[in-house]
Amino acid sequence: MSKPAVTKSKVKFSVYMKKYWQLYAMLLLPLLYLLIFKYFPMVYVQIAFKKYSIVQSVWEMPWAQNHGFEFFIKAFGNNDFKYALKNTLVLNILDLIFGFPAPVLFALILNELCFVRYKKVVQTIAYMPHFLSWVIIYSLALQLLAPNAGLINMVIQRLGGEAIPFLNDEAHWIRSYIGFGIWQNFGWGSIIYLAAIAGINPELYEAASVDGAGRFRKIWHITLPGIKPTIVVLLIMSLGNILGGGFDRPFAFQNNLVMRVADVIATYVYRVGIKGLQFSLTTAVGLFQSVVGVIFLLLANWLSRKLGERGIW
Amino acid sequence: MKVKSTADRIWDYVFVFLCLIVSAICIIPMLNLLAKSLSSTEFLIRNEVYIIPKGFNFDAYGTVLKDPKYTRAFVWTVALTVICTVLSLTMTTLCAFPLIFEKLKGRKIINIFITITMFFNAGTIPNYLLMQKLGLLSNPLVLIIPGVMSVYNMIIMRSFFYGIPESLRESAEIDGASFFQILYKIYVPLSKPVMATLALFYAVGRWNGYSDALMYMKEEKFYPLQLLLYNIINNINSVEVATQEGFSSPGLAESLKAAIVMFSTIPILCIYPFLQKYFISGVTLGAVKE
Repeated sequence: MSKPAVTKSKVKFSVYMKKYWQLYAMLLLPLLYLLIFKYFPMVYVQIAFKKYSIVQSVWEMPWAQNHGFEFFIKAFGNNDFKYALKNTLVLNILDLIFGFPAPVLFALILNELCFVRYKKVVQTIAYMPHFLSWVIIYSLALQLLAPNAGLINMVIQRLGGEAIPFLNDEAHWIRSYIGFGIWQNFGWGSIIYLAAIAGINPELYEAASVDGAGRFRKIWHITLPGIKPTIVVLLIMSLGNILGGGFDRPFAFQNNLVMRVADVIATYVYRVGIKGLQFSLTTAVGLFQSVVGVIFLLLANWLSRKLGERGIW
Repeated sequence: MKVKSTADRIWDYVFVFLCLIVSAICIIPMLNLLAKSLSSTEFLIRNEVYIIPKGFNFDAYGTVLKDPKYTRAFVWTVALTVICTVLSLTMTTLCAFPLIFEKLKGRKIINIFITITMFFNAGTIPNYLLMQKLGLLSNPLVLIIPGVMSVYNMIIMRSFFYGIPESLRESAEIDGASFFQILYKIYVPLSKPVMATLALFYAVGRWNGYSDALMYMKEEKFYPLQLLLYNIINNINSVEVATQEGFSSPGLAESLKAAIVMFSTIPILCIYPFLQKYFISGVTLGAVKE
């Protein structure tokens, strides 16, 4: 802590900056962006614990009742929110059960194709749905599933069956929603598994062939174990995201007849918050979702390391 | 060459067949839409159009192209997508490049600062209030700036940069090149694959996104195509003169909606197959985090 040491480090620092200032200059805009658009909104999170008012600044608003937890208590007493919470969980779990295995299966099937050209064409086609927006996918769903003019119901009626209300009946809506989720993601999701399969040592397959293992034994004993780490990491990541979920897909698919099963937290916050202007209540709901989301992710990562796989980060 | 058994060869064809079905499931919805957009009203009203157009005509496309509302939204969305992609790529590069230098002081803190934003999101309402505070509501910039950089994409680019041999930049440093020169003359030219991948990701994200416009944009003239489309298929929009007649007759409404959907899908469907080898490597890079 002597004086010369300080000046020495100062000199060093200025020499360092003379060389490295450009790197900091490059980082300036991106970090400023993150500060403004990712960190500043955190100031407004306190609205969850306060009574929102347009005329006051966030810092001046009065605290809510029950030690600030008024709006959390209100949310959990609200039937619409309870439905949204339940639906978020149900739809995410169904996505996990039916949507998660689809890319794995597809990758395994693709890997068995021995015609290279054909495989490439199939891949290109299977990636296509990922590039469509949910609005477009919903309009495709309408064209396919509409009660009278929809392609599938036209075929059903031609064959003498009854038209099925795919998008207007609660149970059918859930199936259509999950189905189009699989449709959108199975091809894209398979990319990562194909990469993992490509990384498996080919000598393993040759050795297995020499030992007389058939196609399915090779899949079971070599391919699947080879992609197991990838499967586990992705599975744990989706488990950590079980209360998350985007806005675009449920919002595009919703209609008034199925709101009881289709309203999720993201769309509830939009409807009640931005449209209904109940800012405190919906900020509380959003905060609940974020905090639980972080906890789930940390748990998932801990679990992933515990199982001997590499962590997510 | 090993000889395949008959059973093995049968399985080969089973897998070919399975993939054929899967491809059909992917394509049939698009074919159905295409057929509807090209069919004449009488067949549509009688529900006779499956995947082959009947009464082939381009009237629906003509009507859509003549409507200034759609052409305007289309041009606006193309411009928006180009601007966003260029800005996003620039920001992402500027963020990723400095972080590969181990000598950079404060690198650890900066990394933590960046990573936190991936895990904790303040939520819809705080974000909305921020836009309000910044005066961005209904400002066209709100469709560009708030999503200008994705940390996830930045990590993909950083992983790619890590793969470029250190010796390249070290010898350039010895030769007296500045960091801007190293970035511009060495890293950017060598990073074409990852640039193409991220350009595609950003462009698709902007082209397909509608929730930001739904929440922050009240001016209908700045609606991106997808939001306009959402309003059209849900019959929320105020009907324009050119299509007023169309939407009142059920058959034509069908083919018009189909044409509008085709219209807003085609640009991306024309681009993505050519970038396939790039985005495959991009997704794979994204999976390899630190």
